[in-house]
Amino acid sequence: MRYLFYPGCSAESSALEYKTSTLAVLETLGAEVEELKDWTCCGASVASTMSDLLGVVLPARNLALAEQAGNGREVLTVCSACYTNFRRTAAAIASQPRLLDTINQALEVEGLTYHGTAQARHLLDVLANDFGPEAIAAHVQRPLTGLTVAPYYGCQTVRPYSPFDDGQRPTSMLGVLEALGVTVHRHNREASCCGTSLLTTKPQVGFQMVGTILEASSPADCIVTVCPMCHFNLDSYQDKVSQLVGRPLRIPVLFLPQLMGLAFGLPESALMFKRHVVSVSPALARLS
Amino acid sequence: MATSEVINLTAVKRDPTFVERLTPAGELLNRCIQCGTCSASCPSAHAMDLTPRQMWRLAKLGFQDEVLHSKAIWLCSLCYTCHVRCPRGIPLTETIVKLKQLALQEGIGEWRESTAFYRAFADVMRRYGRTKEIEFMVRYFLASNPLSALGYAGLGLRLLGRGKAHLELPSLGGEGRLDRLFERVAELEGQR
Repeated sequence: MRYLFYPGCSAESSALEYKTSTLAVLETLGAEVEELKDWTCCGASVASTMSDLLGVVLPARNLALAEQAGNGREVLTVCSACYTNFRRTAAAIASQPRLLDTINQALEVEGLTYHGTAQARHLLDVLANDFGPEAIAAHVQRPLTGLTVAPYYGCQTVRPYSPFDDGQRPTSMLGVLEALGVTVHRHNREASCCGTSLLTTKPQVGFQMVGTILEASSPADCIVTVCPMCHFNLDSYQDKVSQLVGRPLRIPVLFLPQLMGLAFGLPESALMFKRHVVSVSPALARLS
Repeated sequence: MATSEVINLTAVKRDPTFVERLTPAGELLNRCIQCGTCSASCPSAHAMDLTPRQMWRLAKLGFQDEVLHSKAIWLCSLCYTCHVRCPRGIPLTETIVKLKQLALQEGIGEWRESTAFYRAFADVMRRYGRTKEIEFMVRYFLASNPLSALGYAGLGLRLLGRGKAHLELPSLGGEGRLDRLFERVAELEGQR
């Protein structure tokens, strides 16, 4: 398996532990991963809010780079917002015949052309479908027996452009989690919204959204997620959310590749648990 | 949420062509049957001044000002739940993005804590080609409400302590990494 890796801005800074653990886990699984050179921001939720064209040109710039470097390799993204922007751009090009021309007129100033062939894949899709539970189980050195995990997919991992899972009742994480030996706590907020930028712009509304997810997950020892934005929101604001709901909510939030790395026996330097706001120690203590 | 009130349709300024500007839904909005699935699905509808269902009805009737000045559009977190559940197949979430875009273009100033977010983010993206989280947040708080930054001071220090945030001096001079691409896009959009 060979991929061109697009980390995205968050995985380069606030979610560096996500990038590091992803690369370590993929290496263990035997994947060949090369970082896309000269990548730029996908536009987040901002570019398309500024202008329709900017909202497709910024993702297309990276897809054009991927075609250049590619040999047919797909772009691997770990951020659900980047993923949605890449897939949204591809969908827009497919439904608007003249759009690709206009995008390429813009990309001219960067010396790039997008042909509409490079496609983005989400890490969860790659883990669940390119590798699958059996291949993952084969690398488990330390089954995570005794640990109860609440899966959290968030929104844009599974909707609306994701072809690999159900947009409202996703299940793709289940096989991966079971392969690690954990007990899965299913709940009804697995694909609810983490609040994204509302935590900054309308915090009271955002805290409520985070609160419903933390409460639904609270019977578990930890939450597992696959998006840097979701992770930041769920991990960083638990004090403020506890104040709002009037009872203490404290639950560690792990990235899926961190949990996998734990089962694969990878060192702390690859997993970087110390970077989390909510300590993961109580969850790790559950492991025999 | 707005309580019910009688609106005299002939007395209010309306633009019946408003719906045509609301891509990607556009004319598809005329398919809306006011079933309210969008409102029932929306995780922030409870905090909105117009519920999504009310918003789409007003948009369809051409109440441009009511919709573009609403707080509701800035409460959409792009979760796409209404989008995938709409029984009429209307691409609602991306049409809200268009409403935000129009409100920004018209310089609507009521919801500065939201509009400043998009402007600050776009500026940082254009300058560096990538998001610099700390510089973006500083620019955002300066442009919206510097005092509200105090509420984030504790978290900010904790993030710095754990290496999740880094302090860097901003680079202010010279050409931004994506200046030319942003300018070319603006040029092309002007032509259309």
